[in-house]
Amino acid sequence: MDLNIFSLATQLAILIVVLAALQQPLGKYLAATFTSHKHLAVERGLYKLSGVDPQADQHWKVYLRSLLAFSIVSIVVLFLAQLLQGILPFNQGLGAVDPWVAMNTAVSFVTNTNWQTYVPESTLGFGIQMMLLAVQNFLSAAVGLAVVVALIRGLVRAQTSNLGNFWVDLSRGTIRVLLPLAVIGAVVLMVTGVIQNWGGTSIHTLVTGAAQTVPGGPVASQEAIKLLGTNGGGYFNANSAHPFENPTAFSSLFEVFLILLIPFSLPAMYGRMVGDKRQGYTVLTVMVAFWLGSTALMAWATAAFSGSGTSVGEGFEQRLGVAPSALFATATTLTSTGAVNVAHDSLPPLAGGLAMLNMMLGEIAPGGVGSGLYGMLILAVVAVFIGGLMVGRTPEFLGKKIGAPQMKLVALYILITPTLALLGTAITVAMPALAAAAPAQGPHGFSEILYAFTSAANNNGSAFGGITSSGPGLATLLALAMLLGRFLPIALVLALAGSLAKQRKIPATTGTLATHGPLFAVLLGGISLILTALTYFPALALGPAAEGLLK
Amino acid sequence: MNLNNTLAALPLAFRKLNPRQMVHSPVMFTVLIGSLVCTAVSIQQLAIGSDSAVFSIIVTVWLWLTVLFGNLSEAIAEGRGKAQADSLRAARTSVMARRRTRALVPAGGSGAAQAGDGYAEELVPGTDLKVGDGVICEAGDLIPSDGDVIEGLASVDESAITGESAPVIRESGGDRSSVTGGTMVLSDRIVIRITAASGKTFLDRMISLVEGATRQKTPNEIALNVLLASLTIVFVVAVMTLAPMANFANALPTPVVLVALLVCLIPTTIGALVPAIGIAGMDRLIQRNVLATSGRAVETAGDITTLLLDKTGTITYGNRRAVAFVPADGVDQQLLIETARLSSLADETPEGRSIVDLAEKDAAPQDATATLTPDVEVIEFSAVTRMSGLNLPVGHPANPTPSVLEVRKGAATAVEHYAKERGGFLPQELEEAVLKISGTGGTPLLVATYSGGRAQVLGVIHLADVVKPGMKERFAELRAMGIKTIMITGDNKITAAAIAAEAGVDDFVAEATPEDKLAVIKAEQEAGRLVAMTGDGTNDAPALAAADVGVAMNSGTSAAKEAANMVDLDSDPTKLIDIVGIGKQLLITRGSLTTFSVANDVAKYFAIVPALFAATFPGLGLLNIMGLSSPESAILSAVIFNALVIVALVPLALRGVKYRAVSAAKALSRNLLIFGLGGVIAPFIGIKLIDLMVSLIPTIGH
Repeated sequence: MDLNIFSLATQLAILIVVLAALQQPLGKYLAATFTSHKHLAVERGLYKLSGVDPQADQHWKVYLRSLLAFSIVSIVVLFLAQLLQGILPFNQGLGAVDPWVAMNTAVSFVTNTNWQTYVPESTLGFGIQMMLLAVQNFLSAAVGLAVVVALIRGLVRAQTSNLGNFWVDLSRGTIRVLLPLAVIGAVVLMVTGVIQNWGGTSIHTLVTGAAQTVPGGPVASQEAIKLLGTNGGGYFNANSAHPFENPTAFSSLFEVFLILLIPFSLPAMYGRMVGDKRQGYTVLTVMVAFWLGSTALMAWATAAFSGSGTSVGEGFEQRLGVAPSALFATATTLTSTGAVNVAHDSLPPLAGGLAMLNMMLGEIAPGGVGSGLYGMLILAVVAVFIGGLMVGRTPEFLGKKIGAPQMKLVALYILITPTLALLGTAITVAMPALAAAAPAQGPHGFSEILYAFTSAANNNGSAFGGITSSGPGLATLLALAMLLGRFLPIALVLALAGSLAKQRKIPATTGTLATHGPLFAVLLGGISLILTALTYFPALALGPAAEGLLK
Repeated sequence: MNLNNTLAALPLAFRKLNPRQMVHSPVMFTVLIGSLVCTAVSIQQLAIGSDSAVFSIIVTVWLWLTVLFGNLSEAIAEGRGKAQADSLRAARTSVMARRRTRALVPAGGSGAAQAGDGYAEELVPGTDLKVGDGVICEAGDLIPSDGDVIEGLASVDESAITGESAPVIRESGGDRSSVTGGTMVLSDRIVIRITAASGKTFLDRMISLVEGATRQKTPNEIALNVLLASLTIVFVVAVMTLAPMANFANALPTPVVLVALLVCLIPTTIGALVPAIGIAGMDRLIQRNVLATSGRAVETAGDITTLLLDKTGTITYGNRRAVAFVPADGVDQQLLIETARLSSLADETPEGRSIVDLAEKDAAPQDATATLTPDVEVIEFSAVTRMSGLNLPVGHPANPTPSVLEVRKGAATAVEHYAKERGGFLPQELEEAVLKISGTGGTPLLVATYSGGRAQVLGVIHLADVVKPGMKERFAELRAMGIKTIMITGDNKITAAAIAAEAGVDDFVAEATPEDKLAVIKAEQEAGRLVAMTGDGTNDAPALAAADVGVAMNSGTSAAKEAANMVDLDSDPTKLIDIVGIGKQLLITRGSLTTFSVANDVAKYFAIVPALFAATFPGLGLLNIMGLSSPESAILSAVIFNALVIVALVPLALRGVKYRAVSAAKALSRNLLIFGLGGVIAPFIGIKLIDLMVSLIPTIGH
């Protein structure tokens, strides 16, 4: 395929410059937001209304219970609202959603996955889209932020089990971080031509004389948070490949920027919160290295493809071309976004495999809002453990001992996602009725299934769209993968934060393994690659590699 | 590791195949299950005469060998302790003990032998002794159990425990009162109060330690096992789910191949060697004649961030010698010398003797004649007064005064205090001399006399304290490792500062009492540091117990040994530094081999995955970057490599990865390069070489 290297390099350079300029100020703002003792008037109103005591410092178990209760209620509300769409306002004449689809969608949006097993424009009116899905886009991202902030507090605090207040963190993340950024993002998107109207379906007569119905809607407002919150659920089925969601090459680049903005700023927040900016820079370096490497490989995999596989290349937006697609596809799978400006199903096989590998890495480079950094920090604990032993000391991470209780939590964490992805895939391929949902022949059909479960377990949400996941079987399996893939790791992260907070701080000496600097970055990168991505090697061999490597 | 001890360990390695023992290592247990599955499949294939039977049987054999090699490494490590345990057992022969009965025996009492001191004694088996019993041992007797000498003095041969043939002196009171069961009294007669019940003596503990019978997993070992278990589960899931996936692609491999893949991916190398590394770590301590009560203590030693070192005996030789006498203005040099000699006549410490020696050398011959007569009152040194000396009665040849002459020498502040209390003062020039001597690292002792009226400070004895050679370098190494050294000394601040500067320690506590030691430990621990210290006296016991690593000298009291978590049989306080090194080496070996084991997986994927599926998807043959000759030989080579690498690394596991005293960053970059990068590259070469040989087997190489 034709890849304009110059275009790719320019866009990449713009992204690097802008993100590099913004990550420290935004990181500083984020750190200040989550360490401040003041409450905004609107927040105080919210706390009073919901009966929350914002001064309460929560034990990790209470923090977790609050988070789970909040998420369960969100899922139930979202599910019921879809079933009752017919009698709810602003339904644009659309009726009740199929219960399996509604269940899958409710789980998907609350878990920050935004897997869409439905065609939005013909399933959901803007009542549900704006008042429920968009709200979850904010809240699920804020939950991710809250969890990583709690983990950092666990590292910073000493001799306590309390990690802060979930409700305060949730409100601040939403009101002080996501909302203002989303407003700015939406305005910029509108300037680039993304639509924002209350218009229903409009009918156009094309040059050929055929009539085309084109639905409108409040797109820009939803688009901004879809990307900023690494959600990825499109207003339209075509997602960011739809001209109303992503009209120009500039808007496409801006959308990639929105995807990467918060995740790439979180290391700066982390560095400030632990009182050592070098810690943040080291984590950022590893993230950037994976991102640049993966983008380069994606560009290569797309450009080098010369085969004529059926349907390969079909899903590229001709308006945008290959370079912006490679950039977008990498960013969306390395974060937990899952928005697409190219149908991933039609990526060349190795490029599609790379998109999967990005997710299989655990979405840590830079990863979802909050989830990326906590995923990376968990791997840092493993790196600290192995590295600590190698220098002859009981491993310590920022002055906290990593002993058996901590390793138990971390070991379970690194188990969960691969188990969910591989088990889901295996169950599906073992049952012909389920496997039939992926119609493609041979390895590509397998890839569609593997992609679906990798995406769900990692809370990404993008898909090899050939698969039909609205049936009860797949909708349930995928919902389970999303649910467990989101909340089990969160529970383990909070438990880890609690066990770290309980310890006293050990002062660092020259005998302590430094968790900053190039050496640790290499260790962290190597561990991430070997411990996460390699697990999927045999599965990837049967899918993208079998399809893409030809003798 | 040599042929002999390998063969000797073989039967034990087979006994360890017992699943109830294997289950403690999740990694090797998985290999055991895999081997059983493969055995069943091979038999079935053989029964139906399948073409792949030969391949399956060879793979199965190597899987069993993998399990066996793992057990063998543990058995060899344990075997090294066995020989030592046997020689210790020989010392634990049952002896008859002469127990002293508590009751006074009326004159002419019969049955029990009459003892000279009014106690009776009876002959009982050593195993019947209880804690608190008094036992009499004379020349030629084996000491029946651990205890403290409560009467007498004897030379004791402790070679059974320490391996050191020169006899040691054990006496009642003081810090050399403890004796160990199994050692032999060579001269004199002592009465011992038993402090350990039968079966719980030092010797018993030592035997079970060197045999590894009481080995419990250490905290880091448990954490590592958790990580290894989790990796094993991940790969079990990856391989189990591969079956339906491959079936979906119509490329279902045989169970043997799947098990082979699983065994290659799980961290068998480190999983097999973890027990051997732990046992070998303890063994290294024992070889240096240090006995740890638990593996946990050894591991903690590696984490130590603060070392508390007694100046005397550790940093300096301890036997300070008198090198000069500095008289006060207007005091005759000869008077000072004679008085100094008098003050030290009853002082049997090396310092005291060195003063007498110097005085006799310097003094006019006719002066150095006064001797210790029975009517002289000896004032012993005490930690509270920090002075010693004599009270010469009226009429004593060395006492020209009409009243009792008190002669004192001691620490400057103590003597100054003594003099001031008795109307004396410390002359300006002596104060300066004291400062000057202290400033050069020497120890000034003031000499004073008092016979009513005003006390007079006559002058200063200059004791020189020699820092052991090489200490400065060792402390620099420790600093590079991030370990802070604190010197503890009874000297005054200035003396201490000078020696601290000469030796290069980071900090010091001067004029320290045993309570100060405890306070320093508490303060360091409060700041989150881990503290190690050595001690031998009963008053060290609280500090030894409070320290994270307390090393008691074998020559010390039972109380000290009881409180410590390690005992140094050579009673060498500098060994603490070695102990830290051994602890670190233990962790480094574990970490490095884990890294190596995990890094190995990269090459194994490239060997096995193309072999699994290249027949169905020829393109995957491109992943066969090693150019292995056939799928069968690729899988077999990976399995053989996986088994042989365990054997190849056994010597390293037993010896430990070479430990250098460098900073964490340097240690990490070095080990990461050798075991990380090396771990990625080595199997590519190893598997290829094995493949070249394996492919010669008919039906394997095609």
